[in-house]
Amino acid sequence: MPDLEPAADGSPNGSPNGSREQSRAGGRYFMRFTRAQRYLHAVLFTTFLGLAGTGLPLRFSQSYWARRFASGVGGFGAILFFHKFCAVVLTLAFLYHVKDIFTRGLIHREKGIFWGSTSMMGNWKDVKDLFGHLRWFVGLGPKPQFERYAYWEKFDYWAVFWGMIVIGFSGYAMWFAPFFARFLPGWALNAVLVIHSEEGLLAILFIFSIHFVNTHLRPDSFPMDMVIFTGVESEEEFETKRPEEYARLAGQGKLEARISEKPAIWLVNFSRVAGFTAILIGLVLLVLTLSAYFRE
Amino acid sequence: MKTVSSIALALVAFALLAGARPGVAQAATDCLSCHADAGMQDGSGHSVSVDAQKFHSSIHGSLKCGDCHTAIKDYPHPDRATPVKCDSCHAGEAAGLIGSVHGDGAEHPCTSCHGDAHSIFPKEDPRSAVYPLNVPRTCSSCHGDEGMAKKHGLVSVYPLYIDSIHGFALSKEGLLVAANCQSCHGSHHILSHKDPQSRTYKANIPKTCGSCHAGITADYEGGVHGKAVAKGHLDAPVCSDCHTAHAILQPTEAAFRTQSTPICGSCHKEKFSTYRDTFHSQLGALGGYVETARCWDCHGAHDVLPASDPRSPIAPANLVATCGRCHAGANVSFVQYQPHANARNRKLNPALYFIRLFMNLLLASVLTFFVIHTVLWLIRSRYDQIKRRPAEGGKNA
Repeated sequence: MPDLEPAADGSPNGSPNGSREQSRAGGRYFMRFTRAQRYLHAVLFTTFLGLAGTGLPLRFSQSYWARRFASGVGGFGAILFFHKFCAVVLTLAFLYHVKDIFTRGLIHREKGIFWGSTSMMGNWKDVKDLFGHLRWFVGLGPKPQFERYAYWEKFDYWAVFWGMIVIGFSGYAMWFAPFFARFLPGWALNAVLVIHSEEGLLAILFIFSIHFVNTHLRPDSFPMDMVIFTGVESEEEFETKRPEEYARLAGQGKLEARISEKPAIWLVNFSRVAGFTAILIGLVLLVLTLSAYFRE
Repeated sequence: MKTVSSIALALVAFALLAGARPGVAQAATDCLSCHADAGMQDGSGHSVSVDAQKFHSSIHGSLKCGDCHTAIKDYPHPDRATPVKCDSCHAGEAAGLIGSVHGDGAEHPCTSCHGDAHSIFPKEDPRSAVYPLNVPRTCSSCHGDEGMAKKHGLVSVYPLYIDSIHGFALSKEGLLVAANCQSCHGSHHILSHKDPQSRTYKANIPKTCGSCHAGITADYEGGVHGKAVAKGHLDAPVCSDCHTAHAILQPTEAAFRTQSTPICGSCHKEKFSTYRDTFHSQLGALGGYVETARCWDCHGAHDVLPASDPRSPIAPANLVATCGRCHAGANVSFVQYQPHANARNRKLNPALYFIRLFMNLLLASVLTFFVIHTVLWLIRSRYDQIKRRPAEGGKNA
């Protein structure tokens, strides 16, 4: 991900920036995610919850809860319908994102999309940060100074990116099996179900345990990192969590441009409700998945 | 009092008649002069009245009382009459009853099925207790009763039957050809299904059902199951193993489609287990989407044949047509899909086995690494936080 392009008025919420002085007085806030990025995440997590919530009952169709759920919504046919609906929405969001990246990187020649400290591309610093972080865990070294995207965040991004291609492709291959059979061998139609369900299981287990804890539930962010919902974070949070980005922006004199107003109270409350609902659904699905998986 | 007065009245009448034909008290009218009284009872309180009109319209209406009540020749007759022996005329039926499940005459008198002896109608008459449309109700007086059924260790089958496709055709549509109890079990010579002579003995069931379903039975007899049963392999299924005996459903019904796959699976365990791994099973596990392929959609229902038989729907040459019934556009490559693939079996499905292995290793390694990573991180962050802000209990910014 490249540097941010704030809205014309510098506010992530598009509201007038008259309160900038005020927010500076009560602790400064810095913009981290644009509105488009936050919307993308919102579409991503709602459709992902939808896909997980409908995919799991299909995967574990013999389990008690899957059957209860399915009979409640009108059978597995209805579940499949919602699954496909979420899949199409997520596919469109994914295609939009890919198009956006390439338009910005190749046509507008925006810097930092494909390489550099603001890119999602892995680099040598990520490798050093990973080992540095592990050393810090066990008290053998200082805490690494993270840039805009830390290595685990890049992993999350690429895991979703890879998962999207693998799960998407295998899903559409099942949906339009006779069409895909024109250029795929027959055994591939068997393979896509195995791949789809195993990769889906990995995505579900990863997001609902690792991503939740790394991003939201760890002590530094507990109980939830609101930045993906509000788009802004406090100066203290910014400086503690991403010291290298903070230092780089300060050194380049770009820090001021990122100042934003304190998030509106309704936005914070709305984000809490949406975020906690998502986490709760995710944790319930995690428990159901694990119980069904180990009972199989 | 009423009884006494009618007897007195009858005596007067009898005295007049007896004068004309002494010692012959056989004409129905003679007896009816007493027994027409609707309230007439014998010493133990049982009704001994006869509805003259009904009796005369019944199949026995032309008989004289003495034809059946042979012991009564004169009047006055003994208080206690000897039991009527139906077999003196109906010898064939009586012979059939011998050795049948209803052979005990004391517990199963003819009247328990045929109704009151003085109002028996031919079985073609809708008033008859054994008219086809009335048979299930007649049998249900015992076989629809939980208490009665339990006493003999039988299932109360009437409720199952009456909701079945046969019961529906009979009770709702009044189809005379719809199977009623005796269509399968026979009438007088009903034997236990354990008796090899019984029409409901497993090996005889195809023939019994085939007495109506001739076409399907012919298909069945040509299939592997029918051939096995004909050879005496009674592990192979007959009609009732898949369709059940009494609660038979319309086979296209959602309930039947969802209930029957496990029935095939009770013998074909390995195939059932691999079927359950597929999308066909996952999607169709419940009602609401029952059109996904079940065993018989691909293998055929009655004339099940091995894939090596060119007539089989799963013979390689027929697969495009068979799969194409649901999957429009199925081609030669499409039908290479294995509906019973087993990703856990390295020998049978090596490609699938290694794909699954790779995916499992990926899943296990990613999760293992990140669980360790996350747990260490949690501990360290918490430790750091408390150290940094001990006064605030290590709270966040």
